[in-house]
Amino acid sequence: MTSVRIPPTLRNEVGGERQVEASGASVREVLEDLARRYPALESQLFEDGELAPFVNVYLGGEDVRTLDGLETSVDGQQLILLPAMAGGSRELAFN
Amino acid sequence: MATYRELLQQVKGEIDEIDAPDARARHAADVTLFLDIREQDEWDEGAIPGAVHVPRGQLESRIEGLVPDRSREIVVLCAGGSRSAFAARSLADLGYENVSSLAGGFTDWKRNGFPIELPRTLSPKQRSRYSRHLLIPEVGEAGQQRLLDSRVLLIGAGGLGSPASLYLAAAGVGTIGIVDADVVDDSNLQRQIVHSTERLGEPKALSAKRTIEALNPDVEVKAYEERLTSENVERILADGWDVIVDGADNFPTRYLVNDASVWHGIPVVHGSIYRFEGQATVFKPRLPGSAAGEADGARAEEGGPCYRCLFPSPPPPELAPSCAEGGVLGVLPGIIGSLQANETLKLLLGVGDTLEGRLLLFDALGTTFDEVSVKRDPTCPVCGDRPEITEYIDYVEFCQPSASQSADGARR
Repeated sequence: MTSVRIPPTLRNEVGGERQVEASGASVREVLEDLARRYPALESQLFEDGELAPFVNVYLGGEDVRTLDGLETSVDGQQLILLPAMAGGSRELAFN
Repeated sequence: MATYRELLQQVKGEIDEIDAPDARARHAADVTLFLDIREQDEWDEGAIPGAVHVPRGQLESRIEGLVPDRSREIVVLCAGGSRSAFAARSLADLGYENVSSLAGGFTDWKRNGFPIELPRTLSPKQRSRYSRHLLIPEVGEAGQQRLLDSRVLLIGAGGLGSPASLYLAAAGVGTIGIVDADVVDDSNLQRQIVHSTERLGEPKALSAKRTIEALNPDVEVKAYEERLTSENVERILADGWDVIVDGADNFPTRYLVNDASVWHGIPVVHGSIYRFEGQATVFKPRLPGSAAGEADGARAEEGGPCYRCLFPSPPPPELAPSCAEGGVLGVLPGIIGSLQANETLKLLLGVGDTLEGRLLLFDALGTTFDEVSVKRDPTCPVCGDRPEITEYIDYVEFCQPSASQSADGARR
């Protein structure tokens, strides 16, 4: 099992957990397992079967896009999911 | 018991002395450290260029911090060569192996017509205000002067901008620009500590200016009561900034700040927050001109990643709740904004290792700091090898394709 850190913006989709376990040998398998168990995550992780451009996935502190992408072998290391956060105090509108 | 004269003779016999022309030759070679041990008022009236000033009374306590390498070649000087003789022996007692005293001192140096300069000095008030900085070898008087000469632009005087602006102002960053179009609202005060209850309804940029100038009169605040847009960004950047502190609360501004900073070669200290978690990093894009200049190998220094290398596109709006929707622990921006101030000061002083290439992840619930690596993306549309975006785009459309129309009409 691989532990996956869930960012605060995606916790509603996994029942509020900060960390969940998922199985699979590659990053793709682990994320697909996650999406199977938490269907609401699907659209936030994948776009046309590939990793969505607005989410970063880190394995052992490295962006998997700089490794072998979704085919990177997870090797028991922790995965961190990280979408961009704007982080301020107002609505998203560019006002 | 010896008289002063006898003691001086004895000490001079135990140390190395060099005369002014010899010192001048070493000064020109630029490897020797000139250590001036005169009193502050003597130093203020003129000194050898590049010399380091440590008053005699602080020599023993400060020298190890200033000169950790005991084999370093040092010429110690005072006005006439007597105090420096005693100082040289003291340095030898501390294990410094390569110390000479300048015979005839600064007086002889000056009489020979060798170069001198009027040191830029802090006022007595400043010396007292920044005394804890002056004691740190990595800052010192030169570093403090540098901070006073520095210009930092803060995007946003909100949760992140509050602590960042306060600490930068307290540190003596001489010019602070603040871009914020908002007014102080009572829901801000749970975390935006640069404002206060009596400022409710006041423009944030002006409220921050008042707080900062009350904290430190050395700081000049340029308040921009406007939101940063493609239309005004060039005008605001034309005022000249060394570092940008990004505390923006929305993606369009983040991407706009990024693109402008890459094109202007200004480092950005990034912070973002949500609920209990924060992120911080430093983007130091490569210098403009060097992007196309693969041929001029002299300046082929590769810059760090930019915001678009980290997040090529923002999440769809429905996946990106703001703090207004999701909330934020009040102290969280205090922590992340203070980290941003720390990174900014290091960039200005040129000391330490910044967060360039590393994204720091802070979890306030678990009290953990993690970091992930951020690499420059050679295919990045802005800082990559073949940039596709070379002028400002419609950032609202880019970040919120479906909602840009309503965003135009129904603002605020």
